Amino acid sequence: MKLITATIKPFKLDEVRSALTELGVSGMTVIEVKGFGRQRGHTEIYRGAEYTVDFVPKTRLEVAVKDEMAEPAVEAIMKAARTGKVGDGKIFVTDMHRAYRIRTGETDDGAL
Amino acid sequence: MGTDCSVNKYSGRGTRVMAGALACLALVLAPLPSLRAFADASSAPATTSSAPAAAATTADATAAAPVAPADACPAMPTAPCTVTNDKINSGDTAWMLTSMALVLMMTIPGLALFYGGMVRKKNVLSTLMQSFAITALVTVLWWFIGYSLAFTPGSTPYLGGLSRMFMNGALSLADSKTTTVSHLAPTIPEVVYSMFQLTFAIITPALICGSFAERMKFSAMLWFMGIWSLVVYAPIAHWVWEPSGWLAAKGVLDFAGGTVVHINAGIAGLATALMLGKRIGYGKEPMAPHNVAFTVIGASLLWVGWFGFNAGSEVAADGRAGMAMTVTQIATAAAALAWMFAEWIIKGKPSVLGIASGAVAGLVAITPASGFVLPNASVLIGVVAGVVCFVSATSLKKVLGYDDSLDAFGVHCIGGIIGALLTGALVSKEYSGMDSTVLTQLWGVGSTLIYGFVMSLIILKVIDMTIGLRVTPEEEREGLDIALHGERVE
Repeated sequence: MKLITATIKPFKLDEVRSALTELGVSGMTVIEVKGFGRQRGHTEIYRGAEYTVDFVPKTRLEVAVKDEMAEPAVEAIMKAARTGKVGDGKIFVTDMHRAYRIRTGETDDGAL
Repeated sequence: MGTDCSVNKYSGRGTRVMAGALACLALVLAPLPSLRAFADASSAPATTSSAPAAAATTADATAAAPVAPADACPAMPTAPCTVTNDKINSGDTAWMLTSMALVLMMTIPGLALFYGGMVRKKNVLSTLMQSFAITALVTVLWWFIGYSLAFTPGSTPYLGGLSRMFMNGALSLADSKTTTVSHLAPTIPEVVYSMFQLTFAIITPALICGSFAERMKFSAMLWFMGIWSLVVYAPIAHWVWEPSGWLAAKGVLDFAGGTVVHINAGIAGLATALMLGKRIGYGKEPMAPHNVAFTVIGASLLWVGWFGFNAGSEVAADGRAGMAMTVTQIATAAAALAWMFAEWIIKGKPSVLGIASGAVAGLVAITPASGFVLPNASVLIGVVAGVVCFVSATSLKKVLGYDDSLDAFGVHCIGGIIGALLTGALVSKEYSGMDSTVLTQLWGVGSTLIYGFVMSLIILKVIDMTIGLRVTPEEEREGLDIALHGERVE
């Protein structure tokens, strides 16, 4: 199994979710994160005090998939999340050893 | 500076229990004198007596003192006195009842939110707590002795007397159909005037909190504000507003408290900022406001409530109150725009924190002038306040190196000084019947700055030497909400 972690621009979440559901991916977890790569942050000013904020808000998706679904899922995410402008994000794919469904106790592929 | 504030012999639980017990005992015993006085039906500082016939009551023949109009108001009263109820103007009274509520709203929740939004999230509750606790504390002290010290004539021009301690004698009597009034507001009941003035006595110390935000011990703050309200606020209010006060006698004009409230609070704020020192990480770590929306709501409540502050200071529902309202609105708008444009030009973007701050600066500056100037002058006052306070709030502390966290000095003291001096320059004698000069106004400005600064430092030093002023570095890091109050906002 593979764990796909995608950090994307927040407004792209709906598109990515639709693309993955179309593929048959049954669930995902979403977290709000902050980060930066090559994209620059912004400056805030409060009564003359300037704050340079490096971190940009992003959305992180985690999806666990069977090995054969990994490539298609990554393709789908890339296509849906891409705007062509700096800050589109990154996708990491890691090997996952075990998965469990808490309600039934099913493991590995049965849990996905 | 006051950073060694850890455990000492006065911070133990036993001390707190004792202090609480003493406070409760004092509160319980306090009304006793007034009960006796009520039975005697004698009230306080009488001057001359021409007796309007407050007819002696028939029914209950309490052999003791008859209902004596010994303190019936003379033609030009100089102290609280008694009038028959037909002298009470219901329009004035209705307006003043409203004004009291408006000005109280300025502190809770106006100022509370204004400041609360500007601190970091971990300190928001402690900031709100300061405004709320000061409201309660100053109220009790006002009833106890503050009102008497500020608004009764005393044996010197520097402080009032004790005749209205526990607000003794300020009341209406059903049998004689009389009501006591203050010599400063002869058409409304004295208690209404007292409560109106209380709201000023409340907001002044609450303003000081802006300077020491995010680092002062709650206990130290309570002690400081309690003592300060009696030793600094009451005397200065007396000097400026009590006709026998020495600044009033000099001709210093302060319609609604530019000096008494704003310069006073601002310079005390500077004293606290210097005594407590800068916040940990100041200048290096981000300390951005956690909720500017709160601040805007607070500023809006301040703006609306300020009509009670300025127009209410006319203590009558009349044309001058209407003009005070008018110049307040115009000056505030002018100042808000001035700050906004200044920031837009100099910093590149007009911020909502900026426009809100500009409005507050305008409100502060128009305060002393509000009963004395006409609309054209108010535009000038607003623009000057907006621009100058923009500079003082954004640059002055960086240049001079103190941490006046929420700009109590930068906006209130500087704005108050601008207003006080411009009052001298722009007062319309034809309209208001009063006159002053910039030089005369300087007496008020200077004496408040000096007395306020020195006394604040003394009180702070005494508190620092006994219980300590500042929280520990660990508490400051953790956040005052959790550390001092055991609460937080998610």
